[in-house]
Order: sequence, then structure tokens, then C-alpha cells
Amino acid sequence: MEKERQILVIFPHPDDEAFGVSGTLALHIQNGTPVTYACLTLGEMGRNLGNPPFATRESLPNIRKVELQNAAKTIGIQDLRMLGYRDKTVEFEDPEKLADHMGEIIADVNPSLVITFYPGYSVHPDHDATGAAVVKAVGRLAPEQRPKLHCVAFSKNTLDELGAPDIVNDVSAISDQKIATIQAHASQTQLMIQNMAEKLKVKDPDMIAWVNNERFWTYKF
Amino acid sequence: MELVIVEEVQKELNRLANQDVYIHLETTNGAYATHNDESFFSSGAFIRNALVNYEIGQIKGSGPYRIGLKLNIGWVYAEGITHFEIDDQNRLLMAGHDYQGKLAVAFQISPTPFE
Repeated sequence: MEKERQILVIFPHPDDEAFGVSGTLALHIQNGTPVTYACLTLGEMGRNLGNPPFATRESLPNIRKVELQNAAKTIGIQDLRMLGYRDKTVEFEDPEKLADHMGEIIADVNPSLVITFYPGYSVHPDHDATGAAVVKAVGRLAPEQRPKLHCVAFSKNTLDELGAPDIVNDVSAISDQKIATIQAHASQTQLMIQNMAEKLKVKDPDMIAWVNNERFWTYKF
Repeated sequence: MELVIVEEVQKELNRLANQDVYIHLETTNGAYATHNDESFFSSGAFIRNALVNYEIGQIKGSGPYRIGLKLNIGWVYAEGITHFEIDDQNRLLMAGHDYQGKLAVAFQISPTPFE
């Protein structure tokens, strides 16, 4: 993994960082690179409220905010920014204003690497809209001033249309830290963690590969 | 939240009638439904902070329950309600959770706007 000067991660939901990039971030932090995480929403519209329910539609944002703070701490992120957008509505914001906002954060953080979702290949409309705004903001910079832009993608058509990821990070060395990060989002991951733990125990190769390999597509302007 | 107690929900619907109240109404099958199962038709809707004034509100059914509010010029309706709570701001929060416990419908009534 190439050493970075400063990383900026931009995702819309608490827990987006846990599955796809927490291992990569933890390795960079271990390597002395500071990481800023800008999270657009608090996942207000999540469907997992516990079974039996321990949260309500109205109490969920506060619960997820604390989970996000704990997850960031687990990864070692020192600079967590909660941007105050609302879950499910990011694609309905004014696209220019949203790109302006992303541009302000990029200017402020001055990263050498930006990580976000690949627009059009990230399944959730909030993911695609966030990725599109970040791509637009980075694209406005002069080519020589642009930070590297690594995108996460997981829609079914990703491999067919984008090809293989050009960056695959092996994060097995810190897989415990990654699993702890996923666990920090307990309200959302309780059910899946049980399933994950069972599969890891019997050394299910798909699950091991899913946890240990983090995949990125470099965005090309 | 606890399982619906019909009498208590009805009492709250009566308490909030004939005054301006704010509604949060939502149905959802999750943003990943079609990603996980391509044959699944994804649909959902939500409205937050609709200002209404209803003359009669009732809970019906034997569980999951239906809620209907009769307005001067229309209706508000939801089905699949399983749980309720009166929160610390005196809001009536009702929800329907599916067999895995996931939220399928939310119907909330508040005398003050939801934040």
C-alpha cells in the first residue's frame, strides 16, 4: 500500500466505512497517515431497530451517532465530521450545492487520497449521489491539483462494466480491528455479525475473502 | 417500543384528535431489496411533518393493526402496525416490524414538528 499524506473518506451512512474500507483506513493510520471521515447522514431511515425493537424511528439517529463515533475510534480516525444531511434524501439535494459542499471539505482537508462510492455502481441512491458529488468536486480542480480518487463499488454490473478493481488491499493483519468496527454499528449489524462469526469459524473461503480484501476502482477523469 | 395495546393506542389517538398535529408516515422494504433479490419489486414512501388536523382516529384489526385518521378533506392510513410507544415528548410512535424485526411501516403523530 502506497503511503499517503492525508486521507479523506466521504460516505453517506454510518457503517458504510465499516464493510468496505475500515481495514484500509486502519492500516494507513497505523502507518502514520491522518484520516478525516465525512459522513453525510446519521442513517435515520435504517430498518434495523432491534428484535425486539430497542430503538424507534426518532431515537435511531442518536444511537447511530454514538455507534459512528465508536467505530471511528475503533479504526483510529481522529477527525470525524457529521454533515447533517438526511438518510434517503441525498440524491434530491441540489447537485451543484452538494458538490460545492464536498469541494469545501476537500479544500479544507487537502487530502492526497479521497475515498468514496463509485457513482452508478453503488446500489443505494445515497451512495451514488454522494459519489457523484465528490467526483464532480474533484473534477472541478485542475488535473495536477486533484487528489487520487479511489471508489468503492458493489453493484451486480460492476465487474462487467468497470473491470477488475485496480487496487485490492489485503487487510488480514488487522481483521480483528475491522470486525470490531463492524460490531461498533451494533444496531445495524447484530444479525449479520452472528452469521459472519459462524462462517469465519468454519473458515468459509468466501467470507474470509470478503473480510480480508478491500477493493477499489481508481476514478479516471 | 412495546407490542400494541389497543386501548392505549386508541386513548392516544383520541388525545391527539381535533388539533394541529405533525405526521411521519413511512413504508419501506429497504434500499437493498432488489439488489438482494432481482425478482423483488422495491417500493416505499415517506412523508415527514405533514401538518394535519383529524376529527377521528381509530385503531382496527386483531394484529397487525390498521390505523386510520379521518381529516376534513381526506384520510391518513397505515396497516401492519405491531408496536407503539409514547415517547418523552408525548409523541405517539407506532411501527410495524416484519418477521425478522425489521421496520416495514412507521406512523407517528406529534403535537410539535419532528426534528
